Amino acid sequence: MHRYLIVICLFSMFSTDIAQAELDIVITGGIKRRPIAVVPFGWEGNSQDTPSDVAEIISNNLTRSGRFAPIAEDDMLQKPTSGVGMDFGDWSILGVEAVVVGSVTQTGENTYDVQFQLFDVFGRDQLVGYRMPASRGTMRRVAHRASDMIYEKLTGIKGVFDTKVAYVTAEQRGDGQLYSLYVADQDGENEFKIMEDDEPIMSPAWSPDSRRIAYVSFDGNHSSIRVQTLRTGNFIKVSEKPGINGAPAFSPDGRQLVLTLGGVDGNLDIYVVDINSREIIRRLTTHRAIDTEGSWSPDGRYIYFTSDRSGGPQIYRVSASGGTPERVTFEGSYNARPRLSPDGKKLAMVHLDRGNYRIAVMDVERKDLLVLSAGRQDESPSFAPNSDTLIYATRPGRNGVLESVTADGLIRQRLASGQGDVREPVWSPFQRF
Amino acid sequence: MSKYKLLLIAFMVASLAGCASQDIPDPDPTDTTMGSEDGANTDGMSGSGLGEGEAIDYDPSQGELTNVIYFEFDSSELRSDDADIVSRHAMQLANNSGISVRLEGHADERGSREYNIGLGERRAQTVRRMLLIQGVSVAQISTVSFGEERPAAFGNDEDSWSQNRRVEIKYTD
Repeated sequence: MHRYLIVICLFSMFSTDIAQAELDIVITGGIKRRPIAVVPFGWEGNSQDTPSDVAEIISNNLTRSGRFAPIAEDDMLQKPTSGVGMDFGDWSILGVEAVVVGSVTQTGENTYDVQFQLFDVFGRDQLVGYRMPASRGTMRRVAHRASDMIYEKLTGIKGVFDTKVAYVTAEQRGDGQLYSLYVADQDGENEFKIMEDDEPIMSPAWSPDSRRIAYVSFDGNHSSIRVQTLRTGNFIKVSEKPGINGAPAFSPDGRQLVLTLGGVDGNLDIYVVDINSREIIRRLTTHRAIDTEGSWSPDGRYIYFTSDRSGGPQIYRVSASGGTPERVTFEGSYNARPRLSPDGKKLAMVHLDRGNYRIAVMDVERKDLLVLSAGRQDESPSFAPNSDTLIYATRPGRNGVLESVTADGLIRQRLASGQGDVREPVWSPFQRF
Repeated sequence: MSKYKLLLIAFMVASLAGCASQDIPDPDPTDTTMGSEDGANTDGMSGSGLGEGEAIDYDPSQGELTNVIYFEFDSSELRSDDADIVSRHAMQLANNSGISVRLEGHADERGSREYNIGLGERRAQTVRRMLLIQGVSVAQISTVSFGEERPAAFGNDEDSWSQNRRVEIKYTD
């Protein structure tokens, strides 16, 4: 733990002039971490150092997963940069299960080859080896891709190091607040503000191709739903009806949004809107209760949503083509904001647990509920694309911070923030190269 | 502005004297004795008994009538005192079709954000229905719910939460 904190501090010092990292990570709970060695990478090129320290990025990623404990460089008896001459005996003396070695070679003015190999110390064999082209701009991402491959080989779970997170912050500004919408790498690096406003911004949602983000704006003291293209920063207003326009979520094919409209009489219901034509395609609920927070099942068959038609908020689902909603949650007096895991097996929600609002996951088949978080005011659960981990917001003091937790509840960590009140994290889908 | 309206406002203001803490200006332009009882400076008024006086403009946005209505936890029902306040706003609006209001509904921070948008809207609609019943026209009222996004108080306790469960009545002309 101490060693880990030192690593992060050094890392922050080095990275301050490269990128302002808003999110730092402190592990608050966990399981036995597997010892592993990530040997410093070799470097061949015409400058002092590699553009990015690939080994360090991999090591930090594996540490942050909560499943691995990379050993310190000082403890290494040898520092090979390839599998040639690998002495498995030395590593087994250190109790290390697996070793990552590699190198970066400059091949042109701004072209590099990044090579890595993962070895199983007990099996004395290579588990995966790969060479990838990179530029100065893509080297961090290549390191994340390598981390994903290593992680998947060692755990059987797809890595999500090469993914992004969007979130909203609020900071005191004069007598009001400044609301900002950010996109950052999942490790908190490369943070990028895509919108700011002195009216609230809420409910960001990724498109399935990760190129657009839908969110709610209150520009002009009236809610509207925007879809913004990340590459250009341009947005279109998909819905700007009288009353509430809220809770957007993309359809699996990325062409439609499910959203909440309230109308002048304020009866919140779930609608499906075509993004290009901005036309309402379907109204899915008509109840006079609050119906909101719709989201698609990954197979596109159902819309899960929150409704308080039974008195308090509970989760329901309705066929995406319309029909009679059926109630999904029965445990507890408050279940809201449903989000299905990308594999369709788990349903995450905000669940009132003995006076505390917490993140819970329900097994869709078995229906049993598992409370994952431990705060008083936890909200906005969002699954990583591997369905193994969730990110959510918690409020330990005045300001919200982000935490992530594995879907089995065993590894939870805090992603502390320096800037104001952080809320509504949403994990991107897998990125495409 | 007609004398009738002035008197009406005077009545409303007077009837609020018990609960409002601010000084209440006397709307009668012929009465110049205002303030003299407590020994305040009344230069130019005290001599002859009857001064010229001054008309008071009607500014609905900063009247003595409170513009914020508070709600109980998980409730969108008006407390009886607040029903009177809403009625007074209704009177102002019904008597002056040229002015309009935006009802801003809010919720405390607990629970899910978009569901809280729904709770804030429900509160705004409670006030809206009260206004409509009392003769305010549909065109004079708009509603918006900010849910928990614009808290009035930032603490994590009931004191703050009770200040955040509210509807703000904003005059927009």
